[in-house]
Amino acid sequence: MDLILSALDILMRWDVALALLAGSVGGVLIGAIPGVGPAVAIAILLPATFSMDPIVGLTVLLGIYGSSMYGGSIPAILINTPGTAVNALTTYDGYPMTARGEPRRALSLAYSASFFGGIFSVICLILFAPVLAKVAPLFGAREIFLAALLGLILVVVAHRGQALIAGALACFGIFLNTIGMEPVKYTQRYTFGTDALGSGVNLIVVVLGLFAISQAFVLLTEEDEKIRLTRLRGGMFQGLRELARHPRVATVSAGFGVLMGMIPGVGEFTAQFMSYTYAQKTSKRPQDFGNGSSEGLIAAETSNNAVPAAAMVPLLALGIPGEALTAMMLSVFYVHNVVPGPGLFQNDMDFVVALYLALLLLNVLVMIFLLFATNALIQVVRIPNRFLGVAVLTLSFVGVYSLRNSATDCLMAAGFGVFGFVLKRLNLPAVPIILGMVLGGIMEVKLRAAMARVKTPFDFIDRPVAFILFSIIIIVLGAHLLRIRKEARALKEAEWQTKTSSTRFGALLLRRRTSFLKEHGRRVRDRHAKLLRRLTDLF
Amino acid sequence: MQSERERRFVGPRRGQLLFVLTFLVLSVLLFSQIGSQTTWVTKTAVFAQPRFWPAVGVGGMVLFTALHLWKLPFRRFQRTDFREALRWVSALEFAIWFMGYVTLVPLIGYLPVTLVFVLLLSHRMGYRGRMMQVIGVLFAIAIVVIFKGLLAVRIPGAVLYEYFPDGLRSFAILYL
Repeated sequence: MDLILSALDILMRWDVALALLAGSVGGVLIGAIPGVGPAVAIAILLPATFSMDPIVGLTVLLGIYGSSMYGGSIPAILINTPGTAVNALTTYDGYPMTARGEPRRALSLAYSASFFGGIFSVICLILFAPVLAKVAPLFGAREIFLAALLGLILVVVAHRGQALIAGALACFGIFLNTIGMEPVKYTQRYTFGTDALGSGVNLIVVVLGLFAISQAFVLLTEEDEKIRLTRLRGGMFQGLRELARHPRVATVSAGFGVLMGMIPGVGEFTAQFMSYTYAQKTSKRPQDFGNGSSEGLIAAETSNNAVPAAAMVPLLALGIPGEALTAMMLSVFYVHNVVPGPGLFQNDMDFVVALYLALLLLNVLVMIFLLFATNALIQVVRIPNRFLGVAVLTLSFVGVYSLRNSATDCLMAAGFGVFGFVLKRLNLPAVPIILGMVLGGIMEVKLRAAMARVKTPFDFIDRPVAFILFSIIIIVLGAHLLRIRKEARALKEAEWQTKTSSTRFGALLLRRRTSFLKEHGRRVRDRHAKLLRRLTDLF
Repeated sequence: MQSERERRFVGPRRGQLLFVLTFLVLSVLLFSQIGSQTTWVTKTAVFAQPRFWPAVGVGGMVLFTALHLWKLPFRRFQRTDFREALRWVSALEFAIWFMGYVTLVPLIGYLPVTLVFVLLLSHRMGYRGRMMQVIGVLFAIAIVVIFKGLLAVRIPGAVLYEYFPDGLRSFAILYL
């Protein structure tokens, strides 16, 4: 109780209240505009928050993170376009409801489910905080190194079908972090003798380039979309009543959100997928899923909104961000010399609880705002794409230039913007680069510290937490290899199914025996080889 | 006809081979420079070497990109690959706009350059009606007021402001 009172004391300030309001309303607005996600907004606002108190700056950023998903459900339900990437599943059941004339019911249900998910996760984590405070000190240098490595591996393997290139991009992030002066031996690394690279590549420059500027380029090079909005009629409170009829789906989905949010690199998508599958499998009307099922909508929205609070756990308890948004927030801590990690939970528990209470208040504020302002809010969907691109590019300048007033930083950010644009065009992930940069830095420091006390390789995992983490890494890698093998088998099976003749090597030789034995066959093969050479020479 | 392997590939085909080959060549070039761009310190453990983490990063880039290329179902360039490359180059136009904006702000000032930048770029994007121009002007003013006036982000006064009379100069440096 004392803890909660001292946490409330931290929050009882006019600037925190303003930050809460700005974060919640701003987050909803940003989420409601398709094309500008929370990552873009957080990247732009990050340097502006450096001059604020940590609690104020983090409240604004957390506000945007936590409330953008509420806003993202609006275009997902009304125009079948998710406002943020995590609202994609909301379109499955939200839009069919709009199509059959129930947009108000869908919106109200989405808000209620999001509210439940948000509140559930914050309460869970406030109750869970004392346990975390006991567990966090068990993490020394080697445990944090292993946890960071696990986070990086999870991010890479989470990109199904793209794990290899995601791995390459994560390594690119690790490489970017090493550029500049090495802090222990004071040697230059990959600076090519230039002063501009001597101080290294700033994380915020990369974040702004890869998320904000690249998004501006995407918007500026695309056509404007024609949008038709549906008129909303009826009350907004019916969603709460409907949510109360599905307590099991809502609770289990929020539980999945909390669990998945706490694991670095997993996040909203896995939580949503698991909740949606669970809801469909246990539903009395599974055929409705994808056609406007209220349970489907509850599962999707509850689980994604339960993630932000949970995602703060690895960040606050271990100093390890699990995804791009918390990685950006880590820089706010660093700027104020507040080092998140086991020490924070031991010494500044009231600060941690204050952050959770801020999230709780934020959910209430957002819910009140949405219940009364949805009609006005849906108009932001009408902002044309390319004008939005102009706005994002103009705002990106503030983000990069205010950092060090350096034109070189801006040039680098523009370069990363073009790189991010290429990645977006190819549907490749940019998140592994950011996590590679952040976790690479943590791993470098912690491995150096850990190896000073390690004599044999087994010493590294002789403590219980280190051994558990190492075992999880092995299990994750093993499971990934098994999945690859299974997919390869399925591919081979599919390829063989499309073939009409036997695929045995002997049968192939038998079919071509005339070609091998006759002089004419040899001439034909020569001619084909010559044509093939000519063709390959063209490239 | 599309093969099963191509059908199961995550993402569009256009540009993939070009990107992977370029990324691999750059990674190999960076890896070849590791001897000259990093240092090996004597009497220091491998994990504490300044070369260790760059080697992990660049080595991983080479290894994983090479494996990705090996598993890539596309082996030949198509016309769509080159068309995609042109699309990538088209983004450079806006990078140049951005750098022009960056160059002019310290010379002319944040508010005037932002106003001109928003109006010109909106005009270039096809928003030529009076309504959008007014929105553009309001947006530019709002950004300068919020970020420089209220949030006091660090954007220095312009060279042009030095020629302003005393009272106006300090106001312009602080708020415009």
